[in-house]
Amino acid sequence: VTDVLQQSLRVRADQGASTTRMRTRSMRRKRSVTALLFMVPFLAVNAIVILGPSVATVYYSFTKWSGLGTPSWVGLRNYRDMLTSSEFWAAATHNLVWTVIFLGFSLTLGVTGAVLLAQVRRGRLALRLLYFLPYTIASVVTASIWQNIYDPDRGVGRFLSHIGIGNVAVLGDERYALPAVSFINVWAFWGFIVVVCMAALQSVDPSLYEAARIDGASRWQQFRHVTLPGIRPTLAFLIVITIMFSLLVFDYVWITTQGGPAGATEVVGTLLYKEAFERFDAGYAAALGVSSTAVCGLVGLLYVALRRRGWEV
Amino acid sequence: MTIGRQRSGSGPERAHPLAFPALLVLACFAFVPLLVLVSNALKTKSELGTNPLGPPIHPVLANIPHAWSSGGFATTMTNSTILAVSSAIGVSVIATTAAYALTRLRLPGGKGMMMYVFICTAIPAQLFVVPLFFLWTRLRLSDSLIGLVLIYWAVFSPFATLLMRSFLLTLPRELEDAARVDGATELQVLTRIVVPLARPGVLVVALITALFAWNEFYFATTFIQDEGLKPIATSFLAFRSKYSTDWGLISAAGLIMILPPALLFLALQKRFIAGLTAGGLKG
Repeated sequence: VTDVLQQSLRVRADQGASTTRMRTRSMRRKRSVTALLFMVPFLAVNAIVILGPSVATVYYSFTKWSGLGTPSWVGLRNYRDMLTSSEFWAAATHNLVWTVIFLGFSLTLGVTGAVLLAQVRRGRLALRLLYFLPYTIASVVTASIWQNIYDPDRGVGRFLSHIGIGNVAVLGDERYALPAVSFINVWAFWGFIVVVCMAALQSVDPSLYEAARIDGASRWQQFRHVTLPGIRPTLAFLIVITIMFSLLVFDYVWITTQGGPAGATEVVGTLLYKEAFERFDAGYAAALGVSSTAVCGLVGLLYVALRRRGWEV
Repeated sequence: MTIGRQRSGSGPERAHPLAFPALLVLACFAFVPLLVLVSNALKTKSELGTNPLGPPIHPVLANIPHAWSSGGFATTMTNSTILAVSSAIGVSVIATTAAYALTRLRLPGGKGMMMYVFICTAIPAQLFVVPLFFLWTRLRLSDSLIGLVLIYWAVFSPFATLLMRSFLLTLPRELEDAARVDGATELQVLTRIVVPLARPGVLVVALITALFAWNEFYFATTFIQDEGLKPIATSFLAFRSKYSTDWGLISAAGLIMILPPALLFLALQKRFIAGLTAGGLKG
């Protein structure tokens, strides 16, 4: 009798265990569904605006397409056209020049500003705010202010002719237009670097400076051997995003010169815009989009790979 | 952000004697162009001819109402406000719910989802703008504020989600668990417990989104051609080419455009700076 009873108890216990197991499984499924439901708003707009069109861009880059009719498959022709087009290479070169100017000036000004600000106490917050202010101003207004400053009659041109250098229309001159436009971007961005670097400087161990001073290190040596290594991860991140911004630049060029004079400021971003919406060669524009994204992706991957290797960048 | 209160800690103990002068030079670099904008907005056309870069000798305010009416600012300001406010509200909702799922719920493939959100913050507009334009044309969403707001929701929400996520990770969970034990649904936990606690984070997200939407140029110029629907950014450009000879008027228009966000920024600068530097978004 006890055997039977024990057995039936065991069976009942098993059944109980399996129903709770089933219940926990269905509860877990229910919880996953709830979690997904909370992601729905994000995923829905993302799928329509970003994911879907991004995948479509990759497809269209292999087609001839005006944007309206049916696309016809052309294989790699758009990419071949791109790589043999002098217009594309000129634009890509301008992106590189832009990167050098934008990165060089923004980083130098930004790091200098941050390191010096960390040394003073009076007015630190006010100065930080002032440096950051240009970053918050709309690109159309920023560009307009600088067009005013660059103007040969109303801006520095007038000043230059006063001191006898001669009147230069900076934005109208093929030699100066590209550096001048990219410098507008420097003005708008360097304050951002100041703020980010200042936050990074806070995490540098003060005792390292003391130790360096005891060893008789000069200011420059302290900067070189304590400050720079201390903020290296932040610097690497800033360099990466600055390069990416340079490869994708559009606003300042479009607003000030639209790529002119004579293509002197044409960058891949403006070229893409013209191909897609003015020349209606959307397939080719898609190839340009895929290519510039790929280059940005490579820069990003290089950064991630270096970090993984423990470069502490 | 305790930068101001903290002892310097970083850098050599005593400031370099040239540190302060150098900082002032940098301040001039940042500020003089803004000063040029403000002072030119206060000059008549004839004064601009003789005194283009200096401070105004006979300041006048007439440019501002003139620019306001001839630039149609009543319309474009309304459009930009609609765009900024609805972007801010939408992105706050999207980012908060997504961040809640990523930090508090058992999201299947959570790691992959996190990775995807992260990648989305780095996807350039160039990758999707072309098909998006033709899709929007077909759906009659181009030349529509709703169409543009939808784009802003999608474009700003990955960054906002990461920001909200890092914010939610700092919040204690005890209250939420207690509410769950009491039988609250996840939606109730989110709206009644998490959102009130996370209000500062939501405010940062909303502020930054509103600023970006107000300043945004690329999608606005691509998707809105109708004069009556243009936001300030693109109508300012049209205004500038129309009155290309009158820099006083153009400067006044620029001033009108940057004034609302600038005042908001100055009033809430610490929140703004903390949020904007949490990840670089624009170049």
